[in-house]
Amino acid sequence: MNAPGLLRTTWILLRKDLLLEWRTRARLNALIFFALATLLLFSFALGPDTTLLARHGGGYLWLALLFASVLSLGESFRVEQENLCLDGLRLSPTDPQAIFLSKALGNALLLVFLGLTLLPVMIAIYGIELKMGLAPLLGILTLGCTALSAPGVVYSAIANHARAKDVLLPLLLFPLVIPALLAAVKATTLVLQGDPMAQLGSWVGLLSAFNLIYWGLGLVLFPRVIED
Amino acid sequence: MDDKWRNLRLGLGALGLILVVVGAWMGLFWAPADREMGDVYRIIYTHVPAMWMTLIGGFINFVACVAYLIRASWKADSLAEASAEVGLMFGVYGLVLGMLWGKPTWGVYWDWDPRLTSMAVLLVAYMGYMTLRRFIEDPEKRAVWSAVVGIIAFMDIPIVWFSVRWWRSLHQEQSTPQTVHPDMTLALRVNAFALLFVFLAFLWSRYRIAMANRKEELALPEALGEPTAAAG
Amino acid sequence: MSPPNALVLDDVSRRFGRRWALARVSYTLPTGKALLLTGHNGSGKSTLLRMIATAVRPTAGRITVLGHDTREATEQVRREVALLSHDSFLYEDLTAHQNLVVLGRLLGRPDPAGDSRALLERMGLSARGSHPVRHFSAGMRKRLAIARLLAQKPRLALLDEPFGELDPAGILHMEQVIEELRAEGVGIILATHLVEQGERLCDVRLHLVEGRQVTP
Repeated sequence: MNAPGLLRTTWILLRKDLLLEWRTRARLNALIFFALATLLLFSFALGPDTTLLARHGGGYLWLALLFASVLSLGESFRVEQENLCLDGLRLSPTDPQAIFLSKALGNALLLVFLGLTLLPVMIAIYGIELKMGLAPLLGILTLGCTALSAPGVVYSAIANHARAKDVLLPLLLFPLVIPALLAAVKATTLVLQGDPMAQLGSWVGLLSAFNLIYWGLGLVLFPRVIED
Repeated sequence: MDDKWRNLRLGLGALGLILVVVGAWMGLFWAPADREMGDVYRIIYTHVPAMWMTLIGGFINFVACVAYLIRASWKADSLAEASAEVGLMFGVYGLVLGMLWGKPTWGVYWDWDPRLTSMAVLLVAYMGYMTLRRFIEDPEKRAVWSAVVGIIAFMDIPIVWFSVRWWRSLHQEQSTPQTVHPDMTLALRVNAFALLFVFLAFLWSRYRIAMANRKEELALPEALGEPTAAAG
Repeated sequence: MSPPNALVLDDVSRRFGRRWALARVSYTLPTGKALLLTGHNGSGKSTLLRMIATAVRPTAGRITVLGHDTREATEQVRREVALLSHDSFLYEDLTAHQNLVVLGRLLGRPDPAGDSRALLERMGLSARGSHPVRHFSAGMRKRLAIARLLAQKPRLALLDEPFGELDPAGILHMEQVIEELRAEGVGIILATHLVEQGERLCDVRLHLVEGRQVTP
């Protein structure tokens, strides 16, 4: 009997999480509705000027995703806290780095999916266009969601065990992801509205650097967070 | 041990205080007025060193957090707690001064200037760090988790700095003082050392408070008495 | 080659903030003997079991399980030890079968599904195999938790109140499972209030009062 390697273990855990998501898909629906409602709220809060809405559409998308991520990250670890499943995994034994990777990838997938459901809505009510096509947009969506998920998983694991966890996670996460948010919004706006001065490269570079640093830090620090 | 260091501590604080007074005089009266901004610029003599102290505080916190994760020690944890709090204090002070400088210079209190904006993000991050510490009761867990958060927050500072600079670079140029009069440099240096000594004095005191808190929270192994006999 | 001792506790202490859950406990359990762990709630039984399972680290002292130090060879200990705790480690929204299959896959077993079916059969849960754990009664959860422990094929089984929430038939079945484990050569450390059952199943006893070992 050979214990599976890191990638295979990550895959096993990811499947388990996706299966759990599917089983409780009412929650997933609620998350989608929440994100949609947030988008609508922005429109109402900022007035019906459609040119303004179209121009800032990228910003609203990422804010909606950021708020949704707080909910999804919290839920991701609540599942592991019920019956102390996380301890069960740790003690089986399971590589904590695989737990990190599976949680972060699972969350990123969920957020990308959320982004894709929001996109047609945005095109409809904000009147945005995809000047540079769907593929670059997908790429930025993915990069941004992974950038939110990696540090989010580390912080969620911590916040879930502290008091006032609902406040703590956003408080810790939001200042940290400002660079990623900035880059994602800028890049998205350029993809939606065109990029005459070829700035997209630098924003994508920033987003990629952020991902590299925080996935790396996550792999190193997450095991310390969940071990006693 | 307490008494031996107490004099040094008080001496440090006193020296800092004296230098603050000297530096304030130099900054307010002795140094020449700026060619463009007149006397308004003088606030930089305390604003800039305050910002430097904040960064020093963040750096000390980072080192203490890494040290804790490598080898758990209450000294490292207390130093991390102290440096975050004292750094935060200087940061808020410096940021408010920056805003006060902004009003006559830009016409508004806040202008999304890259440096001030990055500092504001940094301060919120360390407020999160302090809040986390308050919300975890178990001292060991608190030490590990806040160390993780401290490391992540510090690693973010350069990233925030670059991203905000790029964000703003299309809209404004950086306003830096031009040719610097040597008297200005001297005044700045004096004020920088002044704040450094004050910072260190505060840091030291805060560190002792943190250590005292740890002692109070934790039962000492000596209290356990003799081991019970092995059986079986 | 079996190590001479299943468990060595060397001046072990554990603190949570101000409170010492375990205070300087030393004990040696030879291989082949089953240990009964007794004491009131809060005496440190669960903490001790969790420490042997490496869920929690000792504040001071050393624990050696089957020849491995829990601090230095943590993964090795985890491979050979399984814990039945008050918390079931079960995913509420997965079925009983799926819970066991996921564990089997994580352990690298060649046939996780087959193993799961066999275990469910052994614990009398075959009929409920495809029901989510959320719909299980407390007794059924306990049986599934034991199945989860058996799935790990441990050399040392740590049982924290295994008879809790079981009806008399369930208790008898649990005793049977423990006797089968003993017969297979699996070490047993059993913490329970049911001293009568405990003394029947075990050879030696460790009694804790407020984290300290006391002769009962």
